[in-house]
Amino acid sequence: MKSKAWKEKAARLIFTGASSTAILIVLLIFLFLFKEALPFIKDPGISKLFDTSWRPVSFQGESYGIIPLITGSFLVTVLATVIAVPFGVIGAVYISEVSRKYEREFLKPFIELLAGIPSVVIGFFGLIVLAPFIKAVFGLQSGLTALTGALLLALMAIPTIISISEDAINSVPSTFKEASYAVGASRLQTIWKVTVPASISGITAAVMLGMGRVIGETMAVLMVTGNAAIVTLSPFESVRTMTATIAAEMGEVPFGSEHYRALFWVGIVLLIITFGLNMIAQKVFSKYGGRQ
Amino acid sequence: MKFGNMKKRSRLLLMLLALMSMMLLSACGGGEEEVPDQETGSITIKGSDTMVHLVSSWAEQFMNVNQGIEVSVTGGGSGTGIAALINGTTDICAASREIKPKELELAGEQGIEPVEYVVALDGIAVCVNPENPVSELSLEQLKKIYTGAYTNWSQVDGPDQPILVLSRESSSGTYVFFQEHVLGKEDYAGQARLMPATSSIIQSTSTDKWAIGYVGLGYAEEAAEKIKIIGVRETADAEAVYPSVETVLDGTYSIARPLHLYTDGEAAGVIADFINYCMSVEGQQIVEETGYVPVN
Repeated sequence: MKSKAWKEKAARLIFTGASSTAILIVLLIFLFLFKEALPFIKDPGISKLFDTSWRPVSFQGESYGIIPLITGSFLVTVLATVIAVPFGVIGAVYISEVSRKYEREFLKPFIELLAGIPSVVIGFFGLIVLAPFIKAVFGLQSGLTALTGALLLALMAIPTIISISEDAINSVPSTFKEASYAVGASRLQTIWKVTVPASISGITAAVMLGMGRVIGETMAVLMVTGNAAIVTLSPFESVRTMTATIAAEMGEVPFGSEHYRALFWVGIVLLIITFGLNMIAQKVFSKYGGRQ
Repeated sequence: MKFGNMKKRSRLLLMLLALMSMMLLSACGGGEEEVPDQETGSITIKGSDTMVHLVSSWAEQFMNVNQGIEVSVTGGGSGTGIAALINGTTDICAASREIKPKELELAGEQGIEPVEYVVALDGIAVCVNPENPVSELSLEQLKKIYTGAYTNWSQVDGPDQPILVLSRESSSGTYVFFQEHVLGKEDYAGQARLMPATSSIIQSTSTDKWAIGYVGLGYAEEAAEKIKIIGVRETADAEAVYPSVETVLDGTYSIARPLHLYTDGEAAGVIADFINYCMSVEGQQIVEETGYVPVN
């Protein structure tokens, strides 16, 4: 009997260990980021991060202001979300509520295929096809703009939003819909007044996860946004995102230099933002009640 | 009955876990047993994107002559290559700029002693879209365009169109060289688009009508159909000089630089063989074939 209890304990320990590995890894990553970034506070001082220009290689004195990088990421993410949400939500509603069975069997694999396209390939497509197109349509000087990046990112976020929203919509109990039909509501009324509101927490979570994918995406934006670090809110200007900055510069920096530490600060800011997004998603989820 | 089942299951699980950890351990062990590069006759070269084309041509020919020696070439930028040399992750670093005092200092701290070999010369060609009527610029005008003082082609006797300034990323040796020798160490304009690769600059210059960019001579000559290489005047009223092997060699083309290979300490063994090959008649012929300027 005693050995059985011991075995129970051991098994419990193993399972607890396995499930808390994720927490441990997140903590270690945070710790590592801060360890590499902290010396920047002493020399050259944290206020350097609030400059409005990012110019890490210069003969005139380097500046490491991450504000243009934050506004760059912000602009691209917001634009991409605005583009992706209508497509994603309407697509999910169509697939789960309106489409016939054979349509669904045709649509779903293609959406999953879209999710599986490597981002470099999407970036390549953006550089060769989308950028010249955007330039021609809007009569711009160059097609390498925030909008081009946002369109590509929307393309990557749509599959995430569709598949998670669809799950949420599917899990609305059929009694809700039946009650709605019973009081004489049409199909469209039922969808917009009953089904979608009932699954709003799942849809919000889907949008947040889509945004998470967008803000963390690197390769495609590096290729098509032009990477000029300017503070702007115009979709037709070039922007430099946080991810693109880290990807383009991390390989080159001398280990332990100011530039190296500044890049770690960019990483910390990025991590905090994605953390925030997740927190908001969870709040919304619990407020509207994940389970009825 | 049910209890026994569970016991069996947990035992199975434990066995699985043990198996997994064993696999993990053996995987780690395997990594440590690797033989150092030199003995297996392999060389890694990392660095300048400008030089990738040249260095891989050398590597290809060198491997043809010396079967059994494996040469792998990767780009990433001169800064990347120098960082790799300092961190000891590459045998040879290809750099299109000289190593900076700061980097030498860092190398010293790591016990690395970079030795420099000048293996070729390169001109940096300034290019515009073929439809752009501007075909010559002085160094002063180039500087003003790249620092953002000029923003319209009409300021350099072109049409009334805004200038789209294209530059390489700051990890590129070409970026630093251009900043030092054309911009007079001033900062690039904030509006300058920083392109991740030479090919992106060529792609963008060939599609964006009012763009201006700079690329290594070898790449520019290869893409000569898609872009227009412009002549550079050293002073406002000097004659414009177009980049070519001759003008770089005789020093009349002003935006030219040496290309380097760096090794840790004096090259020895297969690494020395490789560098000797680069400097040989055959190696220097490859330099010329790939559009650069030989040093010998």
